[in-house]
Amino acid sequence: MQALDKVLEECGHDAGNLITILQNAQDIYGYLPSEIIYYVASQTGISPARVMGVATFYSQFRLEPVGKYLIMLCKGTACHVNGADTLEDVICSELGITNGQTTKDGLFSLKTVACLGCCSLSPVMMINEEVYGLLTSDKVLGILNDLRRQAAEEGGQA
Amino acid sequence: MKIVVGQGSCGVAAGAGKTYEAIRGLMQAQDSFELGSTGCNGMCFLEPIIDIYEGHKLLKRLVNVSADKAALVVDAVRSNDLEKAAELFIKPEDEAFLTQQTRIALRNCGIIDPEDISSYRERDGYKALEKVLTTMTPEEVIEEIKVSGLAGRGGAGFPTWFKWNAARSSPGEEKYLICNADEGDPGAFMDRAVIESDPHNLIEGMMIAAYAIGASEAIVYVRAEYPLAIIHLTKAIEQAREAGFIGKNILGTGFSCEFRYMAGAGAFVCGEETALIESLEGKRGMPRLKPPFPAAAGYKMKPSNINNVETFANVAWIILNGGEKFAAMGTEGSKGTKVFALTGKIRRGGLVEIPMGQTLRHVIFDIGGGIRGDKKMKAVQLGGPSGGCVPENLLDTVIDYKALGATGAIMGSGGMVVMDEDTCMVGMAKFFLDFTSKESCGKCVHCRIGTRRMLEVLTRIVEGNGKEGDIELLEELCYSIKDGALCGLGQTAPNPVLTTIRYFHDEYEAHIREKHCPAAECRDLLMYYIDPDLCKGCTACARKCPADAIEGQVKSVHKIDPAKCIKCGTCLSNCKFGAISVR
Repeated sequence: MQALDKVLEECGHDAGNLITILQNAQDIYGYLPSEIIYYVASQTGISPARVMGVATFYSQFRLEPVGKYLIMLCKGTACHVNGADTLEDVICSELGITNGQTTKDGLFSLKTVACLGCCSLSPVMMINEEVYGLLTSDKVLGILNDLRRQAAEEGGQA
Repeated sequence: MKIVVGQGSCGVAAGAGKTYEAIRGLMQAQDSFELGSTGCNGMCFLEPIIDIYEGHKLLKRLVNVSADKAALVVDAVRSNDLEKAAELFIKPEDEAFLTQQTRIALRNCGIIDPEDISSYRERDGYKALEKVLTTMTPEEVIEEIKVSGLAGRGGAGFPTWFKWNAARSSPGEEKYLICNADEGDPGAFMDRAVIESDPHNLIEGMMIAAYAIGASEAIVYVRAEYPLAIIHLTKAIEQAREAGFIGKNILGTGFSCEFRYMAGAGAFVCGEETALIESLEGKRGMPRLKPPFPAAAGYKMKPSNINNVETFANVAWIILNGGEKFAAMGTEGSKGTKVFALTGKIRRGGLVEIPMGQTLRHVIFDIGGGIRGDKKMKAVQLGGPSGGCVPENLLDTVIDYKALGATGAIMGSGGMVVMDEDTCMVGMAKFFLDFTSKESCGKCVHCRIGTRRMLEVLTRIVEGNGKEGDIELLEELCYSIKDGALCGLGQTAPNPVLTTIRYFHDEYEAHIREKHCPAAECRDLLMYYIDPDLCKGCTACARKCPADAIEGQVKSVHKIDPAKCIKCGTCLSNCKFGAISVR
């Protein structure tokens, strides 16, 4: 809990900074396990229900771990008009998962998001902070394969 | 000479980061030219973009500079012969995209280095704040903003001076100045560009406003989905603090104001000012009842003023150039300029800043180059999920709060999504309701349940299960939701439905009565059809059909059974005689 304690310290154990605390907690743990929800509640003097209320309100927070690569597929207006739905079908059938799920090998998770603000490059997806634009079905499959290869290489080195 | 690579989010997504690294890798110790970065100039359709400067003079603009062109660029600059890179020069017709604009909010975007305060100061940066703190009273600042006619650029168009004055007049010593950088409208990225490319302009505008209302803390609430904007903003805040433009006793004038930001966590409703305040307080972003208005009781129930990023981005210019100059542009009721994010089926998409009063047609066709692929324009969506669709025959409507409001749409924050003949308008209404029903905070019945019910009706319609009376049912729902919803999200959620019913009634009727989608977009209503005059009976389609839906003997006309057809399109892509079509 050391890293989280440091965050709580910096945030003054103040419930007014709850969102920032939870964001940092998620950066540390990858998601918000229930133990952390309870811990943050005890450290900020509010009920676990209230912390849970905040954690479930905002789409950024996840209560379950995600895969190595989190695919955020943009479903904003411009992306929608330029074929984002078809790309969702492509990703789902290629990876065998639906929106909100993670592949069995823990490699990919898919989440559709509202708008990434890169509309001129629509359709767009963001994978772990890297933005990919002007997507086509072929490009998407290429990117997924590249990431698979990258993960295998990293796994081999580890 | 200096090679400046545009590295806003769009540029990086288009490969500008790789181009920058490639150029850096090719530079040698004895090279006399420099390499630098800038933000987004809004010409997104040409990214990655490189500007070649001699001092402050722009020599040439190179476009679509992918990493494999890096060597060409370096060679041209090194040998002082830019013509070598002529294939990358921007075309005059594309240059017109920028030259037809009037940039005030975006005046530094794509020109300065957003990570260097001196780059901002070279272009009169922080001179407005200096002028305000040393020669003007808060009342004089508010008066200047009043003269300018600046109105809220977040979409509501409320007179900015009025809000500042209300916060100033509220009793109390503890006041807050807040910037709404939650830019949640899908299709809008004007604010992202300002924060990424000119963060100091935002800081300066906010500090001027903080002085005007008497705030002791200025806070930016920025959405989490903008990581690069957050990085640049963080750096800018540090630099501004070092230079003494924020903090205690600024410029020795006795005015003190702290500055920080908070990242949102993914909730469209937090763009609503009272929901934003709740979120700033660490709670679920659920709107409050107004009154009291934030000017009287906002953040921590203290007087607070909230404005959009673009509103603040105009302030420093207004102070330095005078409110009258700003008011000289625009129309009677809409002064100054407005930034639009032009996207969708447009040939030249990106950021367009123009004086109010020009027509939608001018923006879409003269600046944006019209529809991609020479398709027919159908409508333009303004104002995101709170806005409406303006049909092609109303494109001569002038960009003005009132004029746009009269069409049923709104000015909105600036999202302008262009649609063509292949876009189904009923599908667009459903798309927006899908969004707003998911983003509804759930506090009030009308929005929470109403948006869901509207979505259900629209879903039935696009799936081919529309009933007689559905349009009337939708209208009834729309008006009661507008009446009963607590905040702007619910009150405006019906707008896309109302405008599409108003202008595209025939599309709704076709979906409901004929189970037909005129734009051929709604998958469940698509009909694949073999033209008997063109069919040669080669059996290619029947053999490839995964659903066994095609019947026919060799050399005789084939037929698709609509009951078995799964509308995958395999037959169409395999027919060598163009005999199969979709409708």
